[in-house]
Parts: sequence; C-alpha cells; structure tokens
Amino acid sequence: MALLEVKNLGISFGGLRAVDGFHVTIEQGQLYGLIGPNGAGKTTVFNLLTGVYKPDTGSIFLDGHDITGKKTIDINKAGIARTFQNIRLFKELSVLDNVKVGLHNGHHYSAIEGIMRLPRYYKVEKEMNETAMKLLKVFDLDKECDYLASNLPYGKQRKLEIARALATEPKLLLLDEPAAGMNPNETKELMDTIRFVRDQFHMTILLIEHDMKLVSGICEKLTVLNFGQVLTQGDTSTVLNDPQVITAYLGE
Amino acid sequence: MKKTMSKTTKSNFITYGMVIVIYAIVQILTATGSLSSLFKGLLVPLCIYVILAVSLNLTVGILGELSLGHAGFMCIGAFVGSFFSKCMDGTMPDGLRFFLALVLGAAVAAVFGILIGIPVLRLRGDYLAIVTLAFGEIIKNIVNVLFVGRDAAGFHFSLKDTMSLNLAEGGEVIVKGPQGISGTPKDATFTIGVILILFTLIVVLNLINSRDGRAIMAIRDNRIAAESVGINITRYKLMAFSISAGLAGMAGVLYAHNLATLTALPKNFGYNMSITILVFVVLGGIGNIRGSIIAAVILTLLPELLRGLNDYRMLIYAIVLIVMMIVNWSPKAQAIMSRYTPKNLLNKKKSAKEVN
Repeated sequence: MALLEVKNLGISFGGLRAVDGFHVTIEQGQLYGLIGPNGAGKTTVFNLLTGVYKPDTGSIFLDGHDITGKKTIDINKAGIARTFQNIRLFKELSVLDNVKVGLHNGHHYSAIEGIMRLPRYYKVEKEMNETAMKLLKVFDLDKECDYLASNLPYGKQRKLEIARALATEPKLLLLDEPAAGMNPNETKELMDTIRFVRDQFHMTILLIEHDMKLVSGICEKLTVLNFGQVLTQGDTSTVLNDPQVITAYLGE
Repeated sequence: MKKTMSKTTKSNFITYGMVIVIYAIVQILTATGSLSSLFKGLLVPLCIYVILAVSLNLTVGILGELSLGHAGFMCIGAFVGSFFSKCMDGTMPDGLRFFLALVLGAAVAAVFGILIGIPVLRLRGDYLAIVTLAFGEIIKNIVNVLFVGRDAAGFHFSLKDTMSLNLAEGGEVIVKGPQGISGTPKDATFTIGVILILFTLIVVLNLINSRDGRAIMAIRDNRIAAESVGINITRYKLMAFSISAGLAGMAGVLYAHNLATLTALPKNFGYNMSITILVFVVLGGIGNIRGSIIAAVILTLLPELLRGLNDYRMLIYAIVLIVMMIVNWSPKAQAIMSRYTPKNLLNKKKSAKEVN
C-alpha cells in the first residue's frame, strides 16, 4: 500500500481554481519531487496536505488513514511534517529549544510537574535534550545549540527547520523549496543531507524545488504542476525530457 | 547544552537572589528604625505591583498578546478574597483563612481568565486587548453596584441598594456597592508580600523553562510553524493567560487585606491601573521578568520620593519614563550601555594591564 495517496484534490480561492484534480501516489521510502513554474499551485498543494487549507474536493490518505480536511495539528500527529518556503523558525528561542518544541508531542509531563520541578521534569527534559542533540548532530548544528535561531546563517536555518520537522517523528516529510537562496556548494551539501535523512530515518520525502540540478540529482519520481493541474508525472528522467514540461517552463 | 541550562538557571537565581537581598536590606532598615512611615506604608503596595508586573509579562512578553484589563483580574481577586475573609473571620485560624483567601481569589480570577480567553484567544490580532479593556471596566462597574448581605437564612444579593436585600434582623451587609467592603482583616505584611513575589517568580520562570513554556513562546514567535509541529494553540494560549490572570487575582487578595476599606475606584482597578502595570512591563523589557521587577519598584517609589518637589514631581516622573524607554529600547543606547557593563570594563582594565 502506498504511504500517501491523494485523489482529485482541488481548492478555489474566489473565482480562481488554484488546484484542480491533483493526484499523486507516493510509496514508502520514496524521494518524490513536485515541480512547476511559479504560481502553479505547488505550495497550495502542501497547504492542503497539511490542513492549512481545507480542500473543496478530493481525498488524502496517509498510510491508509483518511486525513482529508483534518486540522493541522492532527495531521502532524498522523505523521506529516513540513518546512516552509519562507523560513518559519521560532526566532527568539535557542536552536536547541526549536528542536525541543518539535519533540513536544512525543515527550510528556504536565504543567504542574514542570512548575514544581518534580522528578519527571528532569527525567523527560534529559531525554528531550539527548534526542534533540542527536538530531542537531545529524545536521551539524550541535555546536550552535545555544544560539538564537535568528542568529544562524541562512543555510543552517533551513537545516534547523528540517531538524525540527523530523523531531515530530513523521512518516512523510514535506520540504518546500529547501534549496531556495542557497549557493551551489550549500545545495550540494543539502542534497547529501536529504539523502542521508531518507536513508537514516527511513523517511519518505516530498519536495518542491526549482533547482533542477537538485531535482534531477535526488528525486526518483516527479509530478509537474501547471496552472493548478497535473501536467505529467513519472520517473525523473522521463518527465524532465517531456516536451510538454519544457514548454511549460520555457514557453513555446 | 549544559551551558544553556546553567545560564538560564543562573539568571533565574540572580532574580530570586535580588528579591531576597532587597527583603533583607528592608528588614535591617526596619529593625534599625531608619525607615520613614511613608516608606513602610509603601512596602506592601510595592509587592503587589511587582506581582502584577511579572504576571502581566507572562501574557504580554511570553505569550505575545496585549492585555489591557489586568486590573480587572486584580479586582476580582480582591473582592473574592476580601469577601471570603469577612465571612470566615473567626471560624478558623487567621493564617489558614488568609491562605485560603489567596487560593480562592487566584482561582476565581483564573476562571474568569479562561472564560474571557475561550472566545477571544482563538482569534488572531489584537482582540484580546479590546476585550480585556472592556472586561476591566465592566468588572469595576458591576462591583460598584453589587450589594451582598448575610443573615440566618443565607446570602442575599441585589444590584439596587441595601434595603432591597431584605435582610432579616441581625443580618449583616458585607458588600455595600460603592462603599465596597470594609473591615477586612489586615493580614498583608511585607514578608507575606515577598513570599508571594517569590511564588509568582517560581511559577512564571519555571513555566517559561518547561515543555509548556516553550510551546507558549513558539506560538508567540510563529503561530503557523507551531501548529505545523503539532502544538495546540488555543490550549497553550489559555494556559498562559489564565495563569497570568490567577496571579493578578492573588495580588488583588493581598491588596484587599492591606486596606481598611476596599472600594472599586477608577484609581485602583480602572483602566489607568492596567496601563500603569503595562508601563512597568514595557519599560522593564517585554519578556524580561527581572526587568519588570526593577521597573515596578522604581516607578512605584519615584512619585513618592519626589513628593517634596510638589508640582514638578509628575514632570520628573515623565522624564524618567522617557529616559528609561530610550535606554531600554534604542539600539544606539544599548550599544553604549553594553560597552560599559561591569564585565567589559573589567576586561578593558585587564587588557590595558597586559599592554603595559
């Protein structure tokens, strides 16, 4: 059974049909790319998948469970985590605390235990610190753990966002333009990181990207969106050589 | 990792230490008799203001929502606590009665915090400011027309006057509308005030450095991202807001037990009071708990210390407000200040020595 199965997904904003008849099937462990020209509706698809918008039509199944129209926090608990196109970190919190917020639902103690500093507070906090440091180490952020998130350089902020998303222990990770604003070296490093995340955490990843080098380098399958509709989908090399796709990007 | 923990812990202990040191100094001064009666009278109000400022900072600085009705929660706490003390006076030991009054006042204020928060905190934007502003005024006005009496048959309520309570013979009017509650036992002392300050600090600081506090600050920093990692926005907003309201209620109980007659005037529970508390928070630094304490102390003492200057005292008060604002918030002033911190000065001396 596929991990993510989306059928006939659609939403309108006023008179604009932003996404129409979107469908995709992603298998466990796949690195899947969602590409398309600007304004094609890629981020809207992400917002539909994560419950930021409620779809007008269609259905979303994650691992066999229907998550169509559920709230963002419930979808996160069901197993979808994401990063954002414009980085959204908790700027006034430390790098470590950013990841620990991601660990929030996996580690429990009550507010009373926290305020009264009962033994469980120390036990759970210690677990959280260890888990968070492990994650930061994967992304080579462990030395900056007590920096404020807003003081990190751009590339590291992107990485921290991925680390925070992984802290929620998702089944599916959505990356919205992870390489935006990165130089070629940083992009190459990011490709290695994404591959590493997939192998190390057995993660299924769906990513939006404009950088074709990254897309052709790591994605196994692609879906191309144009004007809110699926233009074509299939194996990366086939899709990228499709004349329709080239027309959509470059014009006639 | 250890470093961040010890850093925040250290900062918290400096805050606790500061309060305890000030308490010790005041106790020594009292013992040697070098405190004026004016100053002695200010000690309990000082504690009340500090608690209010710290608790409001939880809403404004940590949760990131503007509340303009903090005095309203204080008013609820004051009247509930005072009412309880009047009714229960003599039936139990004074200490226990005052303790229960504090708990009850804080609990009722927190419940009101939740009731207001449920509809308002779901919205984005400055709705909380508008609603709390109205709430503070409504509470004050309701208390001003509320009459409660007690006789053998139980409690009687009225919103008109004492006569319409229809009390049986031997009945006693407890809440007398605009005349408020008089004869509340005067239990509030500076020591109790300081204990309550420490309690407030423990609650607020420990909350900030816990799982729930991180969730609250995450919502403040980026609501959408907080939702995307599975944080329940409404739940944590309500938690922060009701704790803040409860602590204000506790300050209100302390306030009520420091006065012979408790009345709800614009001066003590009105809009001006809410704004005064907000000024403490803003000047002390939004989100900076220690700053709130310092600002509350300075700005409460200042008008009293300047009383000798008569007409000029509010002028000087205003100038101090402006100067504090600039020093706290202007980036240039901050750069200058950071150059002259004790640590930097020490380093400078050291490096100068090394050069020599």
